[in-house]
Amino acid sequence: MEEAVVQPAHVHAPPEGFIRKHIFSLDHKVIGKQYYGLALVAVFMGMALSWLMRFHLVWPTTKVPGLDLLSSTGAPGGVITPEYYLSLLTMHGTLMVFFVLTNAPFAGFGNYFLPIQIGAEDMAFPRFNMMSFWVTFVAFLVLVLAFVIPDGPPISGWTAYAPLSAVGKDAGPGLAWGQSLWAISIAIFCVGQLLGSLNFIATTLDLRTKGMTFMRMPICTWAWFITSAIGLLAFAVLLPACLLLLLDRMAGTSFFIPSGLVISDRLQNHAGGSPLLWQHLFWFFGHPEVYIAILPAVGIVSHVLITNMRKPLLSAKVIIYSMMSIGFLSWMVWGHHMFVSGMNPTSSLLFSFPTLTITIPATIITLIWLGSLYGANLQINAASLFALGFVSMFVSGGVSGFFLAQPSIDIYLHATYFVVGHFHMVMGVAAIFGILSGTYFWFPKMSGRMMNESLGKLHFWITFVGTYCIFMPFHYLGMAGNVRRYSSFVNDFMAPLMPVHKFISIAAFVTGGAQFIFLFNLIYSRFRGKQAPENPWNATSLEWSIPSPPPWDNFGGKHPVIYHDPYQYGVKGSKGDFVMQDSPEQV
Amino acid sequence: MGKFFAVVLTLIALASAYPIVTHMYVQPVDISTHGHAIDEQLSDTMAEAGFAFLGAQLLLAFFVWRFSNRKNGSKVKHLPGGAKLMVATAFIFVGTEVLALGVLGQKAWAEVYFTAPKQDALQIQSQAGQFAFYFRYPGADGKFAPLHPDKIDEGNGNYFGLDLANDVEARDDIVTAELAIPVNREIHLLMHAKDVGHSFYVRELRIQQDFVPGLDLSVHFTATKTGKYEIVCTQLCGLGHYNMKAYLNVLSQDDFDKWLKEKASEQ
Repeated sequence: MEEAVVQPAHVHAPPEGFIRKHIFSLDHKVIGKQYYGLALVAVFMGMALSWLMRFHLVWPTTKVPGLDLLSSTGAPGGVITPEYYLSLLTMHGTLMVFFVLTNAPFAGFGNYFLPIQIGAEDMAFPRFNMMSFWVTFVAFLVLVLAFVIPDGPPISGWTAYAPLSAVGKDAGPGLAWGQSLWAISIAIFCVGQLLGSLNFIATTLDLRTKGMTFMRMPICTWAWFITSAIGLLAFAVLLPACLLLLLDRMAGTSFFIPSGLVISDRLQNHAGGSPLLWQHLFWFFGHPEVYIAILPAVGIVSHVLITNMRKPLLSAKVIIYSMMSIGFLSWMVWGHHMFVSGMNPTSSLLFSFPTLTITIPATIITLIWLGSLYGANLQINAASLFALGFVSMFVSGGVSGFFLAQPSIDIYLHATYFVVGHFHMVMGVAAIFGILSGTYFWFPKMSGRMMNESLGKLHFWITFVGTYCIFMPFHYLGMAGNVRRYSSFVNDFMAPLMPVHKFISIAAFVTGGAQFIFLFNLIYSRFRGKQAPENPWNATSLEWSIPSPPPWDNFGGKHPVIYHDPYQYGVKGSKGDFVMQDSPEQV
Repeated sequence: MGKFFAVVLTLIALASAYPIVTHMYVQPVDISTHGHAIDEQLSDTMAEAGFAFLGAQLLLAFFVWRFSNRKNGSKVKHLPGGAKLMVATAFIFVGTEVLALGVLGQKAWAEVYFTAPKQDALQIQSQAGQFAFYFRYPGADGKFAPLHPDKIDEGNGNYFGLDLANDVEARDDIVTAELAIPVNREIHLLMHAKDVGHSFYVRELRIQQDFVPGLDLSVHFTATKTGKYEIVCTQLCGLGHYNMKAYLNVLSQDDFDKWLKEKASEQ
């Protein structure tokens, strides 16, 4: 297993012409950037939707100028209707979870850097790779098509619980073609992810260069490798689940619909299905999906932190084994989303223990980071600040998981803003911090230019303080019993909580606004940034041994040979306090 | 700038803990016999999670303060004890916490789900549909008449689909839009979904349970304080989800009997 494999000659010829170079490219680096670009479009769309939601929650009758142009029925005169609020909510969740949190840290950065970090010239299957991106792109188009069809986007949330999602137009607006487009989009997305995951696994197993044993792979390569194994199993379940949902909707089957339902005064012509079956299938995917979003970020942040601490982690192996344990345990915990769903209450306890147990490897990872900071020579830059911010968010989002993992407490907190605060912090914000850290760190390699550090730091400070201002109060609201997925708070007990909602909305506008600083920095630096050297951070892994940006075949036809573990920092090398992985120098 | 990060993070951590420590946001008053167990579990977890949260954030802040932007050429040091110490700490502290909370938490869960309702518990049926709750009391014969979904006719007030023309048992069933219950008497709530998934959530009662179409679910509870409390739907059920609510009216036994009699006469 530890034997390295000499890779074959490059599997495709140098690209020629604009289309082959930049659009239908077989080059993993171009494909990685395409995934990243798609995620960038999706994240700004998702953010705009969250702004509209936050606006509607605190100023429900105020017009949003121009919104009626997007949907004259959803926002007549620019005022968002309750059903359109749910459409925004559904699309926000779907865009963010699938097209941002899965695309950027895993498919985007993974595509770009996994082959380089193991010394390969490309992915194992470049054509599959191209296909996986374009399939994902089609999935994106199908999803956003829901915005412009007369039915509008679905209103059943990103979890699309049946039978609301399965019975069609009788159940409400957006549940005819809108919901069908959602299910088709996610099914297509699954195909893209399955192809991508297979490719990552094959590449890692087969294309490691000479000397690149498993334990010499950088932590982020490990994270992408573990994530691809999780993705392969998770999306393989969500795909048939979406197909069954489509059959229920279009072919009259009843996988998720029982008999005797009366919707809009019509007795539905279905019998024998189970709504809980959808929940089981969805969460069997849905919980591992959390780790598909977060593990690549754990890998990226470890990589960035080590470089900026100028010393190796206390133990990279322990982090790798902890990530594996999290991946393994992620298959036994899906039921913690369903404690009050009506499933057998004994199974709730069985799902609770592995959920609580995940805290142990997650704590180990955090303690290794903290313990490694001791005695470091920590360099502060935008990349390391976002990495440190990630550690803080990972802790904050993690501890709230402790509450929700216990069925008895979940009786009270389930479906409240506490849950929204928890998953936004640990899965949303933390993973985004990982993506941002990776962006500031790898942008020089990917574009050949440096990003503006001052703008990067400004971006960090507003985002760091802003996200805490948004998501920490969610927990307090949840504890006071504030229910989620409400387009307006008509409950008697809500009045005293409204000032908190106002504060959150304002924080969301400011924090969202700061993301335009990032966007500007990204575009400006791409064209006007300072020329990046080959190795601006004095880092050790293979991506820093080649020009910025790398040539189309990564290593210029050479096959690097690996002599060291990935993180030889704090040692005396000929270039300073580090020795590169492919340097024959003795350490 | 590392020191600035440390200061900002410390302030964030302390500001986050402040509303909890000062009890600015706590769960509303508990009116159930089982709620204390949930509340205790929640407060134990808060203590442990709060300790972990503050400990980790402040340690992160301290290390960043201490070890950032040191003089050029500063030699790096390694934590005594290394990774083994970290792994052992995680296993001992978090492992114990996991076991303790997991085991203690079973008690609260068991009170709600692993005990059968008493023989004399008052059975009430609740039906959730887009976007209203309705409640049914069995009437003088003590029996719930069977439901016929095809006979649901909301325009004529037949929310449950009772066969009033042919079914004698159905005629004394009492259907209401409010859930009135006697105080200090166990209620066995039978849950029926008319169309899509819904949920029954009363914050003060510490009860939340989904209505699942096609599944006969039930919960049982005893309310200990009279008063009017909101029942809200917590399972996304369509465009009117935010507005799907009813009231739980906890009455003295005498008042409840009067209320039920009055409702029976209105049927």
